[in-house]
Order: sequence, then structure tokens, then C-alpha cells
Amino acid sequence: MSIDLHSLTCAQVAGAVASGELSATEVTEEALRASYSHDMRVGACLQLLPGSARARAAEIDADRELRRLPLAGVPVAIKDNICVEGTRTTAGSRMLAQFVAPYTATAVQRLEAQGAICISKTNLDEFSMGSSTENSALGQTVNPHDGNRVPGGSSGGSAAAVASYQVLGALGSDTGGSIRQPAAFCGVVGLKPTYGRVSRYGLIAFASSLDHVGPLARSVEDVALLLAASAGVDPRDSTTVDLDVPDYRGALEADPDSFTLGVPSSWLAEGLESAVREQFEATVAEMEGAGATIMEVDLPHQDYAIATYYVIATAEASSNLARYDGVRYGARAENAADLEEMFVRTRSNGFGAEVKRRILLGTFVLSEGYYDAYYGRAQRVRTLLRRDFEAAFAKVDVVVGPTTPTTAFTLGEKADDPLAMYLSDVYTVTANLAGLPAISVPCGADERGLPVGLQVIGRPFDEMRVLQVARQVERVRGGWPISAATG
Amino acid sequence: MGVDSEVVDHVAALAKLRLEPREREDFVEQLGRILEYVEKLQEVDVGDVPPTKHVIDITNVDRRDEERPSLAREVSLANAPEVQQDHFAVPKVLPD
Repeated sequence: MSIDLHSLTCAQVAGAVASGELSATEVTEEALRASYSHDMRVGACLQLLPGSARARAAEIDADRELRRLPLAGVPVAIKDNICVEGTRTTAGSRMLAQFVAPYTATAVQRLEAQGAICISKTNLDEFSMGSSTENSALGQTVNPHDGNRVPGGSSGGSAAAVASYQVLGALGSDTGGSIRQPAAFCGVVGLKPTYGRVSRYGLIAFASSLDHVGPLARSVEDVALLLAASAGVDPRDSTTVDLDVPDYRGALEADPDSFTLGVPSSWLAEGLESAVREQFEATVAEMEGAGATIMEVDLPHQDYAIATYYVIATAEASSNLARYDGVRYGARAENAADLEEMFVRTRSNGFGAEVKRRILLGTFVLSEGYYDAYYGRAQRVRTLLRRDFEAAFAKVDVVVGPTTPTTAFTLGEKADDPLAMYLSDVYTVTANLAGLPAISVPCGADERGLPVGLQVIGRPFDEMRVLQVARQVERVRGGWPISAATG
Repeated sequence: MGVDSEVVDHVAALAKLRLEPREREDFVEQLGRILEYVEKLQEVDVGDVPPTKHVIDITNVDRRDEERPSLAREVSLANAPEVQQDHFAVPKVLPD
């Protein structure tokens, strides 16, 4: 069997390693080679991990039991806000540019325990704050489909590494859409699990009630495999939930007759690019043709989602980023006269503009006199948004819509307008606010060939249904590589 | 909510950030626009709707109070900018 990372799936690689057709070492060498060569153009990786990857591959090849692991030899990329012991883990920031992680995140440990091999750490918006990866302090990543466009963010490096055939899967993080939006822009599949489904231990925190770790891959099946491998309760993350992890891949094929899809009318209003609307509506029509029931649902508080998100997320960020003070790890300003000066100069030099902007906003909304009017109120609106979805789920199994209002925008296009950048998260933030599982799956392309993503949002811990619907979208619209409308 | 330099400076001080004049100008403008946008939350009738602090139904996850392995001292100090006698060393706390 030749190693063509263009056509192999995670399951196929694991099967080939188990049967001896391929060795983990061969696959690893090919992933390292592909990462090195494709990344000249794409810039997805902040670093490659050849030493540890080769060592792990050799270990797997030398042991019959290890060769039979469910993800044996599968090459994966890890977003650089996720700790991998002994590697520089930078969060895309000068603040942590030299930080070496002292432990490995649970989600990564679990993938590795199932035989997956970490090939690289990928680029991101600094501290996961951004929707284009342009806020990285350490490098630029472009969209593999068009080098003048963004890959999306903040998990832009992970999405681009998967889309440019460097690896077969990746881990990203999603706080307001940071897995789903780059997945949509790069034409890959990206899932944000239910809050509490996958451990956040080892994820560098941005907003603790909104952060999620999740998988990206070129197919729904591969995402299902990666999710099953990484999910489950973790004593080191007290916000994980003790629920069994289903065989997501095993039950992926379901009869579309059993699906009830809810489309929020307010999501198809102005601001939605016509090409995105067309691909979405064509897909819904095909799903209906395949037997799914389509119903309109109402999300009455949708207009307040972005405002709610940016108050809560920035408030939590201002608290989480207070730890970067130059004392125990990370950058430290030199020759400070006293501790206070050290704090201020360390933070002022170490953080980029977007991070500072969000820290300031978050500090403001939590400050005396403003706490109730902003943060307190946003928490209440968050409850109303959750209730909107609960009401919708009384009628439908999943809510579907476009993942993003536009296809990938050009580099620099939104860099000067933070508010415009925030508004591009309009469809994704609600799933974080409500803690619901949500996936982006490619459903077509625009006239320039840029991918369009469709989002499926499900009930808490109903990743199974979300994956099944996404699998059906993949069937009717064609899987990777997605091309322009076929019908 | 009007945002002026004074507000931004006050908030920056709380966050232990010092802004360059150009930064301050930019942030006054940007934060002003963002807060203006966020004002729309005042339109919502929140009545006696409870706040969401956690999206999952767990409270007080405990574990037994037993000693377990944790990060070794050398590992904890490995990323420290300055170490003295197994402590994190920092500039003097009180200014002259």
C-alpha cells in the first residue's frame, strides 16, 4: 500500500498498521515530509515534532499490541494552546514563546494512548482570541485554498494542516467558533463537543465557561473516531461529565427519515453572503429529498448572542490572563525597579493588541459599578439563549444553519475593524453560550471555489445525532474535497 | 456608556497594563464602539431570569483528601525566569 495522505483516512491507516501493510514509521515520515513541504506555502505549523513522533512510531512498530490500537500510526496536529509535555506551547503569544509544557493535556494523552502520533503544534490567534489566525504573534497562516485569504481562527493552523494534507486529524479549541469557523473556511469537518464531554486539562484557558477542545479532520468518520478517543470524564477537569462515550463511528450511518432539522429563520437574514445561502439551502433541500423533516425554528434572542458572548468571554479572559505576570513562567520584562513595574511591563510587552483589547473590555465589564449592568445582565441573557435552544429541541433533533456568514475573507480585510471581526461569529457563539455540541461540515463552495460550511447543533451530549446528520450532509453533497454546487 | 481616556487608563491600571499614547487613542475609539454595540443587552427583558454561571448541571466535584503525585519541584521551577534557593525570585516588592 502506498502512503498517500491525500486519500487515506484515520481508520484506514490504523487498519493498515494493524495488518502490517504500513508501518507507523512510514506514515510518520510521510506526515513529517508533507508537513515540512506544504507548510512553506501554508504556514500552519509553529513547530514540527520529529524526535518524539519518530520515537513513538518506533515504539508502536515494535509491539503487536500497540499496532492494533484504534488510531495506531495516525498522524495528528495539535493546536499550540494545548500542552504537550516537553514541547514549546506558546498560545501564539510572545508571552509564552519560550514556555515548555510540563505536562500533556488529557485529550492529547488519550489520542496518544490509542496510537495517534503528534506531528506538529499549529498556529492560532494569540490566546485563541480571533477569527482569522492573523492575531498570532509568531507566524502567518494562509488558507490552503487561496493564499491571499485567511484560514479562519483561532484554530486556523489546525484547519489548514488538515486541509493541506499534512496530517489526518487535528485538535483545536473552540470558545466562540474557533474550531467550526476555520473548518468551514478550509473545507474540513470540525466539531465542538458538548461542554464537559472532552477534558480541558492542559488547554491554555481563555474563557473557562466557553472553552472546548475538539477534533478536526477531512471526514465526519475521522472526526467521530477522534472524538471517541478523546472524550470522557477526567478527574483532572472537574467540569467534565461522567457519561459513557458512545461508539460514534459505529453508529454514524442513520436513516435520514429519522431526522428532524430546525432552520432558524433569523439566521437567513441580511449579512449572509448569497453564495453561502445558496449552498446551505441546496443542502437542506437535498436532506429533505433524502427523507429528513425540515421545520422552521425561532431563536428569539439571537440578535443578542454576540453582545452576550463578548461580555462574558472577555470578562473570563481578563481573569484567566491575570496569571501572566512574569513570576513563575513565560516572559518577564528585564531590569524592572520593583514588582509592580515588572508586572506592568511584562504584560504590556507580552500581549498583542487584540488580547489587550479583550482584557480591557473584560476588566471594564467586571469593574465596580458596571458588573451588574454588563456581566450580570449578560449572564441572564445567556440563560435566555439557552432556553431558546431548549424550546427548539422540543420540536427538532438538531438546529442547522450556515457556519459563517461569508466564505474566507482576504488577509487584512477585517484586521482594522475588531467589531466587524466579532460579528462574523454570529452563528457560532450560541453553541458555546449554551454548551451544545456543534459541528461544521462542508456543504459546497462559492464561485471562487472557496468552501462553505454547514453547522449542525444538537442537544447536550447528543454528539451522535449531530454526527449522523453531518454524515448525511457529507453523503448528499460529496465529501472532501468539496467543490461548487452540484445541484 | 461614554469611553474616554480616563476610563481606559483606569481599566488599564486594574489590568496592570500601561498603554502607549497611540494605543490609548485606538482603544478609546474601539472600546467605545464595542461598548456601544453591547448596550443592546439593555433592551432585553431579563425579569427574574437567573444568570447562567455553568452550562452543565454539576456542583462541587470533590475528591478524597489524599496525597497524590503532583508536579515535582524542579519541573515547577523549570520555566521560571529567575530561581533562588528553589524559590521564584522577583524584583523587590516595595518600591523605594
